Amino acid sequence: MAAIELRGLTKVYPGGVKALDSLDLTIPDGEFFALLGPSGCGKTTLLRTIAGLETATGGAVVIGGRDVTRVQPGGRDVAMVFQDYALFPHMDVTDNIAYPLRIKKVAKGERRAKAEEVAARLGLEKLMDRRPGQLSGGQQQRVALARVMATQAQAFLFDEPLSNLDARLRLEARTFLKKLQRELGVTTVFVTHDQAEALAMADRMAIMEAGLIRQIGTPSEVFQRPANTFVAGFIGSTPMNLLDAVARGDTLEVAGCKVPVPASAEGLVVDGEKLVYGVRPEYMTYQAGTVEGGLSGSVVILENLGASHLVTLDVGGVTVQGVVAEGEEPALGEQGAVVPRSDRALVYRDGELVAA
Amino acid sequence: MTRFVAGRIGFYTLVALLLAFFTIPLLWLASAPFTSNPTYEVRVPDFTWENFQIILDHPYALGSLVNSLILAIGTAVLVVVMSALAAYALSRVRLPGRDALLYALLLLSSIITGTAAMVPLFQLAIELGLIDSHTGLILIMTGGLLPAAIFMIKDFMDTTPKSYEESARVFGASPLQIVRHVVVPVVRPGLATIAVWTIANVWGNFLMPYLLLSDVEKQPAAVIMYTLYTEGGQANLKVLSTFGLLYSVPVVLMYLFVSKKYGFRFHGGIKR
Ligand SMILES: Nc1ncnc2c1ncn2[C@@H]1O[C@H](COP(=O)(O)OP(=O)(O)OP(=O)(O)O)[C@@H](O)[C@H]1O
Ligand SMILES: [Mg+2]
Repeated sequence: MAAIELRGLTKVYPGGVKALDSLDLTIPDGEFFALLGPSGCGKTTLLRTIAGLETATGGAVVIGGRDVTRVQPGGRDVAMVFQDYALFPHMDVTDNIAYPLRIKKVAKGERRAKAEEVAARLGLEKLMDRRPGQLSGGQQQRVALARVMATQAQAFLFDEPLSNLDARLRLEARTFLKKLQRELGVTTVFVTHDQAEALAMADRMAIMEAGLIRQIGTPSEVFQRPANTFVAGFIGSTPMNLLDAVARGDTLEVAGCKVPVPASAEGLVVDGEKLVYGVRPEYMTYQAGTVEGGLSGSVVILENLGASHLVTLDVGGVTVQGVVAEGEEPALGEQGAVVPRSDRALVYRDGELVAA
Repeated sequence: MTRFVAGRIGFYTLVALLLAFFTIPLLWLASAPFTSNPTYEVRVPDFTWENFQIILDHPYALGSLVNSLILAIGTAVLVVVMSALAAYALSRVRLPGRDALLYALLLLSSIITGTAAMVPLFQLAIELGLIDSHTGLILIMTGGLLPAAIFMIKDFMDTTPKSYEESARVFGASPLQIVRHVVVPVVRPGLATIAVWTIANVWGNFLMPYLLLSDVEKQPAAVIMYTLYTEGGQANLKVLSTFGLLYSVPVVLMYLFVSKKYGFRFHGGIKR
């Protein structure tokens, strides 16, 4: 087990694409860390650079206190699960799981025993003689996990290990993976482009954009207080309302309505300045009619989210969304208002969070 | 309706004729060796082993088959090993002008073992003392077949996911271990194809051994076949058909064996 530390890590691909731009990141020992970001932001590149499959253009990778920037992948004592699992198609499950031990020259009997032990832990005992081609996606994923477990590496690197599974299996695998990581206590870096997955599984997470880390924090920090409008827009299954606002004393003028300056930004806004007011639909309450301190308009769309509904209001030409509990949804066309929770609303200046 | 029937009849007649065109020589090859006095006709054989006895008594016939085997297997081993290594490198390393190099090689290969290079090759072999030796012949035929083999096997390697090798690399495997444990097994059907293709090529090659081997004892079956044909100025159908049969059987057996063992198929990993 070991901490992973990245210092000013930069990766420029031949051809000039700057995939990582001077990243600094410390992942403590035993942490389950998620790397989240849109396609092409450099997540895979970062993971591969930690693994040593890509050489860093600048900066350093330190694993367990040892600078491994110039060390070959095999010497870094990390194990990686690839997005396609990369199980060897010509080996059966036993040989696949035992392969890392074969490289370490462990005797045949011993490595079979070890493979069986790990496989039993993941419920693979009955599949030991099968080839990867004869396994379902979920089973292949577990074999890939078993294989990295057999390595007893200092850190695990997972590149979107759940993206090949169907929706239901993905939920199961998510819980399973999180439990397994808890039990093993191995430092794990997990790449995903699914924000819900990152929120659900990670101890801490980093949100990346174009080779830069835009925010690092626990899932609740990132969800409740996105550090900038990029993170605010990226996190959350329903996008955050990001509305143009102008400061007027201790109120903000948003879409023709007046809302109080949120608690987080109290005393930090200058009268008359242009800001962005951000509040999650989940942190809004809906009331019929016009409400003081709320955003009033007419209901234009209702979307069923299962246990709740997403209500879209047209507030003076601006679209605002709120969530209402089932059974309380308004009728289409009704006049109503969404009232933000003052302790959850946020203000952004030039895209960055305004906070003490 | 009648037009349709007439069309069908015409079609099947044509197919039957075409089939006959190709099967009759094969039938002849199967029956003539067991016939006492074979002619160019296909006849029901009288099942004599006399023709085989003649071949057995022939001073060079059996030896030539052994020579063919040595040449074919020697070349196949060299071609498979060298093309696998070269194709792996070419497939995985990014080199400027890599594709141009490959096409140039392919172009050159058709010249090397072709008629155009006969004289220079002959002189080169003499200079190097490789004339009249199996080693020299194997080297030259390997050179001729390598580019096409590299080309074919590189195609196989290009289509196998890089993540297999990267995965092995992260586990600490050395490049040679990766080739042995991962790449070769994954492209094994491709290697089998190359081996079969090489053996068939060498087995049927007449020109090169005819040119480079003067010692009858060293000559392969393809050349001996030719000498059988001209013996006494007229084709001896007894010997020729029997030797022809013996000459074809190994290649057919090899195809059956390889196709059964490897099936010329690829067993993929994940469903994509
Ligand atoms: N081998 C390469 N050569 C050149 N550019 C590359 C290479 N690999 C990736 N890139 C570029 O680097 C950037 C980051 O790519 P990366 O694969 O890390 O993205 P990602 O965040 O993993 O995206 P995704 O979610 O789609 O997997 C992209 O702009 C990509 O085009
Ligand atoms: Mg990726």
